[in-house]
Amino acid sequence: MKKELITVSIYTENFVGLLNRVTTIFTKRHVNIESITASKSEIENVHRYTIVVKESENLIEKIIKQLEKQIDVVGAFYHLEGQTIFQEIALYKIDIENVYESKFKEIISVNHARILEIEKKFVVVEKTGTKEDTDALYNELKPFGLMQFVRSGRVAITKERMNISEILHNN
Amino acid sequence: METQIVKQNQYLEQPKERISGSEAVVRCLLAEGVDVLYGYPGGAIMPVYDELYKYQDKIHHVLTRHEQGATHAAQGYARISGKVGVAIATSGPGATNLITGIADAQIDSTPMVCITGQVASHLLGTDAFQETDIISISTPVTKWNCQVTKASEIPKVMAKAFYIAQSGRPGPVLVDITKDAQFEEFDFQYKKCKNIRSYSPIPITEKSSVEAAANLINAAKKPMIIWGQGIILGGAEEEFKAVIEKAGIPSAWTIMGASALPTAHCLNIGMVGMHGNYAPNVLTNQCDVLIAIGMRFDDRVTGDLNRYAKQAKIIHFEIDPAEVDKNVKTDVAVLGDAKESLKELLPLLKTNKHTKWHQKFKDLYAIEFEEVIQEDLNPTKEGLSMGEVLKEINKQTKGEAAIVSDVGQHQMIACRYAEFKNTRSNITSGGLGTMGFALPAAIGAKMAAPDREVVAIIGDGGYQMTIQELGTIFQSKVPVKIVVLNNEFLGMVRQWQQLFFDKRYASTEMTNPDFITIAKGYHIEATRVTKREELTDAVSNMIDSKEAYFLEVCVEKENNVFPMVPSGASISEVKLR
Ligand SMILES: Cc1ncc(C[n+]2csc(CCOP(=O)(O)OP(=O)(O)O)c2C)c(N)n1
Repeated sequence: MKKELITVSIYTENFVGLLNRVTTIFTKRHVNIESITASKSEIENVHRYTIVVKESENLIEKIIKQLEKQIDVVGAFYHLEGQTIFQEIALYKIDIENVYESKFKEIISVNHARILEIEKKFVVVEKTGTKEDTDALYNELKPFGLMQFVRSGRVAITKERMNISEILHNN
Repeated sequence: METQIVKQNQYLEQPKERISGSEAVVRCLLAEGVDVLYGYPGGAIMPVYDELYKYQDKIHHVLTRHEQGATHAAQGYARISGKVGVAIATSGPGATNLITGIADAQIDSTPMVCITGQVASHLLGTDAFQETDIISISTPVTKWNCQVTKASEIPKVMAKAFYIAQSGRPGPVLVDITKDAQFEEFDFQYKKCKNIRSYSPIPITEKSSVEAAANLINAAKKPMIIWGQGIILGGAEEEFKAVIEKAGIPSAWTIMGASALPTAHCLNIGMVGMHGNYAPNVLTNQCDVLIAIGMRFDDRVTGDLNRYAKQAKIIHFEIDPAEVDKNVKTDVAVLGDAKESLKELLPLLKTNKHTKWHQKFKDLYAIEFEEVIQEDLNPTKEGLSMGEVLKEINKQTKGEAAIVSDVGQHQMIACRYAEFKNTRSNITSGGLGTMGFALPAAIGAKMAAPDREVVAIIGDGGYQMTIQELGTIFQSKVPVKIVVLNNEFLGMVRQWQQLFFDKRYASTEMTNPDFITIAKGYHIEATRVTKREELTDAVSNMIDSKEAYFLEVCVEKENNVFPMVPSGASISEVKLR
């Protein structure tokens, strides 16, 4: 079956150990997690995990049911590319020596990135976008001596409504 | 008027009492109606044991000889009674020893609460003496688990634990309590848990799904039912019987479903699966509507999924939405509690007999009888067969006994040939296939149902995995009947080696100790049977005994269990020899 990038949104109680329980559902099926983000959600005291996997939709449907079965999971949903609006944030640490080249400034502005912080020995560049966007900047900045690179997991807003309040209300 | 209101308030608001966390644990157990629990003490759980000592007139702690035994005993207790089984252990090795039983309870949906001691909270994560991260270890095999580090959390967590263990699809729950939380004093008050906002134990049954199921069943020419433990867990035996009798549907069971319908019932067509009966296995691939009720299409039941009931419309009655379409794609899924959904189904069904279709099952049964059953039950070989031992036990217990089986050939024979009159009578490790399950599970079963005859059927291999529980039987005076069918082999594995590995019997031959001497060492009366003529009297002595009794039957060493669906084969390719 065709594997595709799928965004899984999981609403949970905010309890110790729950993330572990959630990830075991994936590892039990030998599914690799591409990225993972945990944050608060629009509902007070409810957390939200955004997990991106490359898998067949069929398998993810089964994983969603297993996730929902967990006591402290309020609801779980999956969305294909195009059904979400998402971003990732990347930070790049670059040697100060190299940033005076005029090309550097141009790269930053063409890529709609910004300089977040200037220190004595380095600058930190920030870029928000898709994985492709931040990868492109990565490739362009590499010649300048990337001292560090880090990228967050995907944060995604789904176009579809997720009925979390109803679930909480009905139980 | 005024006094009445005051009284009501008093009733609603139980007064708070200042007690320790460890006493609170015991008080929670009492509030949940627990009268017996199984366990093993150790450093991190000693405060709770101290309270168990003080409360011993109210709650009976059974000291098993290994923590695994405690879990299986709790499982046996739960399986025969439907109540939550409770096991308790110390941190570290005590806790890890529970894992096999917890995994078993998880896969077989058994309500169980396990309580473990943990190192003091300031030591967490320091690799303190006997510290293991039991929460992480148990996460994939528990329905829910929780670590408690403050005494004040104990009542709420315990209430949740019992609610979760027994609601919806039951399962095991583990509560890990740090030692300081056990010592800490707090104001105790207990309130049962009635709901959890993120958890809906029983999905809503859509009326339209019941109607769609009824329509398919009413239109079917060759309907067949496979039921599982869901009927027993849902207490739906009567509703189920009413449905099949009205619609005249031949009904087969998974080993977890056995005994929900009496063996002798005319619509009971036997067991499906790898060593199930010939007719239901073959005809699964000929029926036009397959109705699965409270079962989960385990691979041991279905064989090759690509060739499983492809011709049939599939209806699945199921409480756990995650089981629907997991292995077999359904045409109609009826979510909900089996008792309720079958009740709704009944009036929608047409009365039917399906006489011709029924005859097919009878014809295939005749073939199986000729080829397999006849020799199993009335062997012509000199050596005793496992089947004839079961036949004798059936006869002498009149089908009233609960049979607790271990894992292997004897288990398949026990499930195939035990005759059940009552529900909750087949207690076996189905999903996990845990050798060593039966002896401790029989202890729990007998204690939960002291008026019932409980007979454990065990192989010589599995017996030695938890043989130390003879000590529990002796000390706690549990009158279980233990039958070891000794073939001096790990029989089921040997059978596979014979059939699929050219008889290379790698590490399956057993040089056994003198089981009689061992039983007698525990002051348990014991007999060995080596000849057919001795069997009837030996079984009768065992059944007549008011105390625990050990019976070893030396059976034919290299008998095989048939029918058999070789792994990877289709269910209808079931072999008779
Ligand atoms: C704990 C555990 N280890 C290994 C196995 C694999 N296994 C399945 S059946 C079996 C043989 C059981 O032998 P015995 O208890 O003598 O029963 P028999 O098959 O001879 O009736 C084995 C080793 C298992 N099911 N459980």
